Amino acid sequence: MGLYIARRLLQAAALVFVLSILIFGLVNLAPGGPLAGYGQARHISPEKAQILKRQLGLDQPLPTQYLVWLAGNDWMKVDLDGDGVLESTGSRRGILRGDFGFSFTTRQPVLSEIGQRLPNTLYLMSITLLVAVCIAIPAGIISAVKQYSLVDIVITTFSFAGQAIPEFWLGLVLIIIFYAWLKNPFTGDPLLPAGGIASLDAPFSVGDRIAHLILPVVTGAMGWTAWYSRFLRSSMLDVIKQDYLRTARAKGLGERMVMFKHAFRNALIPLVTLFALDLPYIFGGAVFVEMLFSWPGMGRLYYQAALQRDYPVLMAVLMIGAAFMIVSNLLADILYASLDPRIRLDR
Amino acid sequence: MDSELQEITRLGGADFRQETPARRIWRRFRRHPGAVGGAIVLTLIILASLLAPFTGYDPDESNLAERLNPPSLSHPMGTDGLGRDLLTRLLYGGRISLSVGLLVVSITLSVGVSVGAAAGYFGGWVDALLMRITDAALTLPSLLILILLSAVLREIDIPLFANSSVLTIALVIGLFSWMTFARLVRAAFLTLRELDYVTAAHSLGASPLRIIFTHILPNAIGPIIVEATLELGYAIIEESGLSFLGFGIQPPTSSWGNLLSNAQEHFLTHPWLAVFPGLLIFCTIISVNYIGDGLRDAFDPYKVLDQVGER
Repeated sequence: MGLYIARRLLQAAALVFVLSILIFGLVNLAPGGPLAGYGQARHISPEKAQILKRQLGLDQPLPTQYLVWLAGNDWMKVDLDGDGVLESTGSRRGILRGDFGFSFTTRQPVLSEIGQRLPNTLYLMSITLLVAVCIAIPAGIISAVKQYSLVDIVITTFSFAGQAIPEFWLGLVLIIIFYAWLKNPFTGDPLLPAGGIASLDAPFSVGDRIAHLILPVVTGAMGWTAWYSRFLRSSMLDVIKQDYLRTARAKGLGERMVMFKHAFRNALIPLVTLFALDLPYIFGGAVFVEMLFSWPGMGRLYYQAALQRDYPVLMAVLMIGAAFMIVSNLLADILYASLDPRIRLDR
Repeated sequence: MDSELQEITRLGGADFRQETPARRIWRRFRRHPGAVGGAIVLTLIILASLLAPFTGYDPDESNLAERLNPPSLSHPMGTDGLGRDLLTRLLYGGRISLSVGLLVVSITLSVGVSVGAAAGYFGGWVDALLMRITDAALTLPSLLILILLSAVLREIDIPLFANSSVLTIALVIGLFSWMTFARLVRAAFLTLRELDYVTAAHSLGASPLRIIFTHILPNAIGPIIVEATLELGYAIIEESGLSFLGFGIQPPTSSWGNLLSNAQEHFLTHPWLAVFPGLLIFCTIISVNYIGDGLRDAFDPYKVLDQVGER
C-alpha cells in the first residue's frame, strides 16, 4: 500500500508538472498574450506597454518565463524599471514556493485573494454536498429496496428530472419564486434573500446566515442529489443480487438487518469513492451558483477573472483546481482499496 | 453453405427465422415508455427548430413598441427587452444549441473512438501513452478550462472560428469530453481483440485498420451509441452554461444559454424570459437522458427482462 501511494504521488507530481506547462502555454499563446487583460483593465500607450512588458519579464523567451512562473526570479537579474537593462534581483518566488503573483485588476497577491474566497466556497459547498448526501442516501435505499413500487417510480422520476435541470436555470426560477413573488407576510420583504453570504448592515445572526444559504444550497444540491440517489439505487440493486445476501436471509436474519448491515454498507463503497472523485467538481459547480447569488467565493473570482482576462488569477485557480483533482483521485483509489478488501492496489 | 441455411430456414418455417439485432433493439426500445416519450419530445423540438422561419417574425429585428410583452396569442412566449419575439429566437437558438450538441458528439466520437481503438488494439506503449494523456485530460477541471479557452478564443480572427462561432464552441467542448469514449472503447477492444474470430481475421491477413473497423468496432457499438446519446445532453448543457456565463455563443446569434443570460436583466419582473429557454433546455436534456436509458436497456444482452414481461 505504501509503495502504491508513493508511486501514485510520483505520477501525480509528474502530472501536475505537465498540466502546469499546458496551462502556462494556453495563457501565453492566447491572442493578445497575457497582457491583453492588462490593457483591458487600464488604457495604456504602446510605449508604456513595452516598459510594462519588460517590468513583468514578458519580453523574455517563453521557457524563461515559464521557469520564472514556476520557480521565481529572485535568483536572476531582472529589469525592474523597464529601461531594457537587467539591473536588479527579482522578487518573485514562483508557484512552487507559493507565490502566484499579483492580480492584474486588484493588484493584490493572488494567494491572498484566493485565501479570502476559498473559505466561502468551502462553506457553501460542504453544506450543499451534505444536504445532497443526506437526501440521496435514504432516497436511493428506499428506491432499491422497493424496486418498481410507486415510491421507486416517483424517486426515479425525480432524479431523472433533477439531473436534467440546468442549475443556472433552477437558480433563476428559485429567485423568481422566493425572492420576487413570495413575500414575508409580516414585513413584506422578499421571503428569502437572493444574494450574498449575509445581510450587509445586520449584525451576525445564525438565522440570517441560514436564510442566505437556502436558495444557493437548493440550487447546487439538486443535481448532486439526483446523481447520488440514482447511483446508490443501482449500486444497491447490484448488491441485492449477490449470493451473500441470500445466505444472510437463509441463516434467518431479519430483512431490516439484511438490508442495512449487509446490503447498504456494501452498496456505500462505490458511493464513497464517487464522492471523493466528485470533490473537485465543486469548483466548477460553484461558478454558476456563486455568480447567480453573488456569493463571494472561488467560482465568482474565477468568473470575474475570466471576464477581465486576469491571467495570474486564472492560472492560480486552475493549478489549484487541478492539484485538488489529482489528490482526490488518489484519495478515491485509496478509500476504495481500504473499504473493499477484494481490491488490492499494490499488485 | 448459404443455400443450406436457407433450406433449413425454409423447412423450419417462420419460427426458425432469427430476428436481426437491429429489430430486437427496436422492439426493446419501444417497450421503454420514458425512451419513447423522450424520442417524441426530442423529435418535436428538432422539427420546431427546423420550422423556425415560419413563425412570422424575424429573430433579430427589434420592435421597441412591443418591448417586454407578456405571452399572448400573437407572441406565445412574449417578447424580450428589444421587442423581439421570444419563440422565434428560441427556435433559432435551438438550431444553434442542437448543432453545437451534434458537432460535439461527432468530435468526441471521432477523437474518443480513435484513441480508444488505438490504445485497446495495439496495447503496449501506445496504450500506456494514450491512457496517460486521457488521465491527464480527465484531471483538468473541465468547466474552468472551458471558460478560460472560450475567453481566450473570443479574440481570434480566423474565418469560421471568429467571434465564438458554433464551430469554436463545439471544438472547445469536444476537446475536453472525448475521454469517456476513449476509456469505453479501449475496454471493449481489450476484451474483443482476444476472441477467436479476431485471431482468425488476423491470420487471414486482414490489416489492423480492417480488423478495428469491420471486425471489432461493430461489436462494441452498443455502449458507444448509448454514451453518444448522453453526450448530446452534456454538450447542450455545457454550451448553454458557457453561453449563460457570456463565454459561449455571442449575441445577436441566439442560443438557449445566451437567451437565459439576456433574461437576467429583466427576469424578476418579466419571468417568462427566463422560464421558457430553461424549460426547453430541460425538456431536451431529460428526453435525451431517457432515450439513452432506453437504448442502454435495449442493447444490454444480460438485461433481465422478465419483470417487464418479456421472455
